[in-house]
Amino acid sequence: MTYEKLLFLIFALSTCGGALGVVLAQRVARMAFWLIVSLGSTAGLYFMLHADFVAATQIIIYVGGTLVLLIFGIMLTASGPHVNIQTSPGELVLGAGVGLMLLFLIQGTVRSVDWNQAAVVTSQGEFVPAEGQGYNPQGQGNTIRPLGMALLGLRPDKDLGAPEEAGLSSGYLFPFEIVSIHLLVVLVGASYLARAKRRAQASE
Amino acid sequence: MNFLPIATNIADYLRDSLGLTNGIAMVLAAIIHGSLLVAIFMGTPVFWIWGERKIAGRIQDRMGPTRVGGRFGWLQSIADGIKLIQKEDLVPPAADSMLFRMAPYMVCVASFATFMVLPFGDTWVAVASDIGLYVLVAILSLEVIGIILAGYSSGSKWSLFGGMREAAQMVSYEIPLAICAIIPVTVAGSLNLVEIAQLQSGGFQNWLIFNDPFTLVAFFVYFTVATASCKRAPFDLAEAESELVGGFHTEYSGMRWSFFFMGEYAAMFVVCAVASILFLGGWNSGIPPLDATLNQMRGLSADGSFEPMAYLANAIGMGILISKAWVLVFVQVWVRWTLPRLRIDQVMITCLKYLIPISCALFLGVIAWPLLVYKMTGGAQTSFASPKAENWVKPAVSTPDEDAETSQFILPNSTPDDRMAVADDDRKVAGGTR
Repeated sequence: MTYEKLLFLIFALSTCGGALGVVLAQRVARMAFWLIVSLGSTAGLYFMLHADFVAATQIIIYVGGTLVLLIFGIMLTASGPHVNIQTSPGELVLGAGVGLMLLFLIQGTVRSVDWNQAAVVTSQGEFVPAEGQGYNPQGQGNTIRPLGMALLGLRPDKDLGAPEEAGLSSGYLFPFEIVSIHLLVVLVGASYLARAKRRAQASE
Repeated sequence: MNFLPIATNIADYLRDSLGLTNGIAMVLAAIIHGSLLVAIFMGTPVFWIWGERKIAGRIQDRMGPTRVGGRFGWLQSIADGIKLIQKEDLVPPAADSMLFRMAPYMVCVASFATFMVLPFGDTWVAVASDIGLYVLVAILSLEVIGIILAGYSSGSKWSLFGGMREAAQMVSYEIPLAICAIIPVTVAGSLNLVEIAQLQSGGFQNWLIFNDPFTLVAFFVYFTVATASCKRAPFDLAEAESELVGGFHTEYSGMRWSFFFMGEYAAMFVVCAVASILFLGGWNSGIPPLDATLNQMRGLSADGSFEPMAYLANAIGMGILISKAWVLVFVQVWVRWTLPRLRIDQVMITCLKYLIPISCALFLGVIAWPLLVYKMTGGAQTSFASPKAENWVKPAVSTPDEDAETSQFILPNSTPDDRMAVADDDRKVAGGTR
């Protein structure tokens, strides 16, 4: 067993352990803590799989953003010092059933892929940065430049083999901007609705 | 994630000369790097806790520490540390004991983990990542979780208020921090901290702070926001002693209390080091002849071999970077003991009504600036990959036969003709976006 596999195993175990902790913990703040462990270890798994951008995004969005808001929400809405969640046996059975169904679904999907074939296809489509660009040694784990190029529509992995008249493949910048504007509208709308409610209450 | 030559050098050395297996050599190299970073991580707070007390004393017309360790009291931090270790480790009965014990470690580990991607020299970085700045900002944002959990789990209203203030403040200040950090990235065309620092070599006129008026303002906005993100005065509402006793750390004592401050001083150092890399030239001295000499010395080990002169150049570079960062830390201390603390609503208004619009305007300005310069001067075209590529000095990788305009992505089995085709496509896209 190489040290990479050992590290992967440690991160995988702490991901699962954190997830179990979320389910088994009684206090909401402790659940948030175990969620930090689980999501942070998932970021570690992404780093191990040479997906550095996805890993950093996982940390900045889920751990640094969503969880901070979650704990902030717990603190703002807490009536007592420590909020407990009591799950009834019915809810436990229902949750376990849904979880098992999801597990079977994922397991079926994973098993339906021929991973040996997929590995061959991936290694054929792989492209490496040219020498002399930047400081990093060639190889895996630096995904930001291909991602940025793909966002602008430059897909060397796809376009090289294509005929000249086919043109470049379309980038992801336009859909990305649409999603951004959509989120901004949602944000403005939410704050408007919240303020309108307060104004109506004040005038009554 | 790749390890740069210095990392592979240590691993190679262990493997070749001591006859260790590959895995053990890599683990030992990782331990050596970790220990070096821990030394910086522990040394910075020890120095700056003494420094802060001394500077605060002089600003308030006092002497500051004078007794421990001779005339200047320079052993004061050590004495503080010994006292803190001896204190009893208390957990209040109302506290959530697991989270209460865990929170200081989370603060400490989060600010230590940022040292992982912080470069101290051209090849002196533990993990050289193409997205170093992004990873650094991501990890730095984890520190706030420890503080919020500390405030929440203490079971005290003072702590809860401190934690809530910290959460509100940090969630707001992360936005201008990220936008201000993006501004030099836009100029440099890279998120790699090593590249950003290296293209500022060759004199202080190449420093990104002097690149255009927008980066000049952006540096001061970044520094303000960075001060707030370390919850330093005048933004230290989370621990406002006059209102909240001790804020989020009211219930803490002993070593757990000191972990918060180790994390805080380390985070101060990190944001200041990032400021000096992004805006102030990093490990470049700003004096053209000295920079040229140091680059030449670094170039000696371009093939990854060990050269004493290159090592010396990197050590000098590290000294320059740390000096710049320490000057900025000194300014933070100076500001803390000069300005009064803001109210919480003033802190939020400063961020949401002033700093975010200012940083957005600076971001737009820094994007428009190259177009304006291009229009006015009819000047040279910039390359697609990096607007400032002409400044690149590449001591570590030397490939004289490689055309700078060649595309970065080439299939491993492609012919030279394919490469030219990619380069043409690259120029087409570059022309289209300009």
